[in-house]
Amino acid sequence: MAYEQNLVCFSTVGEEESWSLAAYEKHGGYKAWREVLAGKWTPEKLIDEVKASGLRGRGGAGFPTGLKWSFMPRGTGGQNYLVVNSDESEPGTCHDREILRYNPHALVEGIAIAAYAMDATVAYNYIRGEFMDEPAPRFEAAVKEAYDAGLLGKNVLGSGIDIDVETFIGAGAYICGEETALLESLEGKQGKPRFKPPFPANFGLYGRPTTINNTQSIASVPAIVREGAQWFADLGPEGSGGTALFAVSGHIEKPGNYELPMGIPFKDLLELCGGVWKGRKLKAVIPGGSSCKVLPADIIMNCTMDYNSLMEAGSSFGTGAVMVMDETTCMVKVLRRISRFYMAESCGQCTPCREGTGWLYRMLTRIMEGQGEESDLEKLVDVANKIEGHTICALGDAAAWPVQSFLEHYYEEFEYMVRNKGVSMVDAAGDAAA
Amino acid sequence: MSDDILNIEVDGKPVEARKGQMIIEATDHIGAYVPRFCYHEKLSIAANCRMCLVEVEKVPKPVPACATPINEGMKIFTKSPRAISAQKATMEFLLINHPLDCPICDQGGECELQDLAMGYGSDVSRYNDRKRVVKDKNIGPLVSTDMTRCIHCTRCVRFGEEITGKPQLGTTQRGENNTISTYIEQSIDHELSANIIDLCPVGALNNKPYRYSARAWEMTQHAAVSPHDCVGSNMYAHVLRGTVKRIVPRNNESINESWLADRDRFSYEAIYSEDRLLAPRVKRNGEWSEIDWEDALAEAAQALRGAEKTGFLTGPSATLEEGHLLTRLADHLGTANIDHRIGRRDFADQENDPVYPSLGCEIADIETQGAILVAGSNLRHEAPILAHRVRKAALAGAEISFANSSEHEYYFDVANYLSGTGLVELLSGIAVAAAKGKSLPKVARQLCADVKATTEQKAVAESLADAENALVLIGDIAGRHAAFSAVRALAAAISKLTGAKLGTVSAGANSAGLSLAGVLPHRRQGGETRDVVGLNAGDMLDSSLGAVLLLNIEPDADLADAGAVSKLSKQGFVVALTPFVSDALLEAADLLLPVGTFAETSGTYINAAGTWQSFRGVANPVGESRPAWKVLRVLGNLVEADGFEYVTSEDVLEEARAQIGEVAADNEYKGKAAIAKPNGKDVSSADIDVSLYSVDGLVRRAKALQLTAAAQRAADGDST
Repeated sequence: MAYEQNLVCFSTVGEEESWSLAAYEKHGGYKAWREVLAGKWTPEKLIDEVKASGLRGRGGAGFPTGLKWSFMPRGTGGQNYLVVNSDESEPGTCHDREILRYNPHALVEGIAIAAYAMDATVAYNYIRGEFMDEPAPRFEAAVKEAYDAGLLGKNVLGSGIDIDVETFIGAGAYICGEETALLESLEGKQGKPRFKPPFPANFGLYGRPTTINNTQSIASVPAIVREGAQWFADLGPEGSGGTALFAVSGHIEKPGNYELPMGIPFKDLLELCGGVWKGRKLKAVIPGGSSCKVLPADIIMNCTMDYNSLMEAGSSFGTGAVMVMDETTCMVKVLRRISRFYMAESCGQCTPCREGTGWLYRMLTRIMEGQGEESDLEKLVDVANKIEGHTICALGDAAAWPVQSFLEHYYEEFEYMVRNKGVSMVDAAGDAAA
Repeated sequence: MSDDILNIEVDGKPVEARKGQMIIEATDHIGAYVPRFCYHEKLSIAANCRMCLVEVEKVPKPVPACATPINEGMKIFTKSPRAISAQKATMEFLLINHPLDCPICDQGGECELQDLAMGYGSDVSRYNDRKRVVKDKNIGPLVSTDMTRCIHCTRCVRFGEEITGKPQLGTTQRGENNTISTYIEQSIDHELSANIIDLCPVGALNNKPYRYSARAWEMTQHAAVSPHDCVGSNMYAHVLRGTVKRIVPRNNESINESWLADRDRFSYEAIYSEDRLLAPRVKRNGEWSEIDWEDALAEAAQALRGAEKTGFLTGPSATLEEGHLLTRLADHLGTANIDHRIGRRDFADQENDPVYPSLGCEIADIETQGAILVAGSNLRHEAPILAHRVRKAALAGAEISFANSSEHEYYFDVANYLSGTGLVELLSGIAVAAAKGKSLPKVARQLCADVKATTEQKAVAESLADAENALVLIGDIAGRHAAFSAVRALAAAISKLTGAKLGTVSAGANSAGLSLAGVLPHRRQGGETRDVVGLNAGDMLDSSLGAVLLLNIEPDADLADAGAVSKLSKQGFVVALTPFVSDALLEAADLLLPVGTFAETSGTYINAAGTWQSFRGVANPVGESRPAWKVLRVLGNLVEADGFEYVTSEDVLEEARAQIGEVAADNEYKGKAAIAKPNGKDVSSADIDVSLYSVDGLVRRAKALQLTAAAQRAADGDST
């Protein structure tokens, strides 16, 4: 079970100054863009190619990228925008940061190609504020290098194609990773999601047709164009083309970012990462960032890491941020911590999320403090159900899903803590063993 | 058009809806009520309260009715178990942090949250954690805040952004800490600001002067009409045992929509001002003493009958009925010295006044103009609702230009703002530009001699000429201007040359009605020319009259002549019918008769669009005051005038209506004779501007209004 790593987004990793143009070109960088500039690709052909590749949005929702591109009105003469979402902030997720740090040119080339395919002459990369130190400057340096090499700008290499790339650094709000909140923020307003419809492809940035794509999605595009849709699609199973960047964290021997083909069995991924730390037993995994539903060990061990398998298992692929929890983990504490995050990050615009996320957090806090009541357990799920699907954006769902799944799979731990006035079942078992 | 009709189904019933409509518009149309908080017809869609979630067939999640466009064949369920469950879920969330202080909340009994909680809330809260408390803000003297009650619907925020154009409230912080506030500590400051009281669906923003003074269900509601400007905003007075407790807007799309200017809302405070004249008073040998009504009326009648020359002056907010009785009284006494144009300075070509001043179009039609020139006006102060309509026109793409010596702030993109010099100079340039080779009307030729149009003046003329619908509005600064005849002749010339309509923003609530009632020295009822022209408002002060009757006039503040008080005190005998007593009245008058304010009398106003609006008295008279029309009626009897047997004000109205006849508004300027250059009379508008909260005696005595930032600025001499 040898898996080839770093096939798409991390192709330059291992090179000296892997973020440089030279390193990128050594790995076939800008070949695809030059082909586009040479007139070998029409926008339609590019969109079809990306559709055929099976690439799905890596930002969490997994929407087919090529299909999303096809929603953009083209040739209207008006301004279209491409916006890249580098506001990576789903807890557990940190691979877009590594693209920006180690292979920013893949993103720059992807931007150029995607913008051309969607008739956009201006692209913005919205980078989360916390990336100000290293990832953002690396990206900006790459953009400058590309401009200097004549690969960006007006009438690129005499092709008649214009593409300008701008960087925008956010101020650190999770909600600005939501695409319409991101647009609001980019426009200089409060980061509050817009109600859809209208969708950004009709009414996006400054009211113009706009497509927002995740960093990894866009960074995958050059490889698709260069190597062909079939090659990319064949890397993963049916319905999940290409590679994924797994950000593996938690109770794991070798945490880190791994670029591996889609569809890798979870147990192989676990082995690659050195297994659960300290030789302990696996208890649970959140497979795609904190908003995905938790999966107990016995379920996840039979999953492959792709959209369909994880969905059938009752969770989702999300961002590919794999959070591993060992047997000593108190699930009540984990859920409380997750709930705190969503309470703090709710934009406060719409009622269920504004009022509900805090309610969830306070109930969980009370349970941990020994003040919980058995009726709280039912209430937790009920409140989560009342948030889910009732909000403007998906943050409400993201806050609800962990609660629903934690209580579905680990009800006895919550019940135990309520009955034992705040004592964790896990701690009690540990004490008993000792 | 049939393409625009979509067939949908609401709760199993087939319904037709228009393309582009949201679900809530269609359901409202057929009376299938969907609960809502953030949605408001006049505001943009926010979709944030989530109260209006409904079920739509084949859509996996409940959708907000306010923000979901209708599609052909859509099947909507507003009361299905899923819809109701989603609505109840939202209600539970809204209530967990909402205080249970309805018994001490002014909104109680008229609260959207309270009402809907009856239908969608639970009897017992499942929330037993700590409730949120939000610090209140001081946002000025008009609106009280109880921010803990806020449900974050953002109607107030959107009102500022979209309706006034001056965003003063916004949301700060995130999540549960999301708070409506001013960004920095300041009061809300706009002439329409208090409408957020009505917009707020809960008790977070409430009426500050009214606070804790009555409960909604104790009061009776009576229709009223605003007495402060030529719009005639429709409103309701809420009355508790004969006392006006507050004023709220009465929806009328063709006049004030659902809005009310702050001064219309809060001027009622003056009804109960300490300055109210409670009983008739007479001055004998320089000493004032109270007398009873009978003696007072006899004294007044005797003075009027005994005088060789008499004069009648009324403020421009007197009712049509009062005006009619004044005219008849003056007729009986054989005088034409009667006028309501008390702020005017230049009467030179009064024979060219329109029969009655009007906008030249319906109020709502202002919105559909392509270009508007507002000349000589502080429009936001003169008629806040008209300024709002003009702003709507601007937002719809109209080019709005202003010509005024000083600049006032408008919260939209002003196409051209001509200022800095006198009004005549500004307008003459536009007229020259408008002529562009054509010959100027003769009246304007001398005024425009040697005038060259600036680029801006040309731009104004062009925008008026190019627009399909254009309007030139003459404001009340122009009306008070010492060279009004020149200003008007130029505005008329511009209108004629560009094809734009001509209109007037007239003073007070009833300049139109009083003109038609013949309260003019040169015209009788219906605009018929008088054989003998009497003295106008200005000249009366400078003549020596045996007796003068003042109605609703404060000589120090309302009359154009700065020396009016001393001039009046030198007249023979001055009878003042007034709701208020002031030092100036005590000095100028010899007899004070207490009359009711707009709330204490019935009557009729004719607004600037020519709409007749009758209203009834809504409040008990204060002290011994009487409706002015009754006082005039009795005076009529005492001077033995014929036909003063009216029983009700409707009798007066009927007679007035018959005598006025059918009169169409005709704003075409009929003047032919050339008007000379004003020669130093082209004064700066700042000197003749009347600020927002000093237009009349009521407003000047409304405490809360006088505490506003706008009133403070005016006191400091800033009229922006």
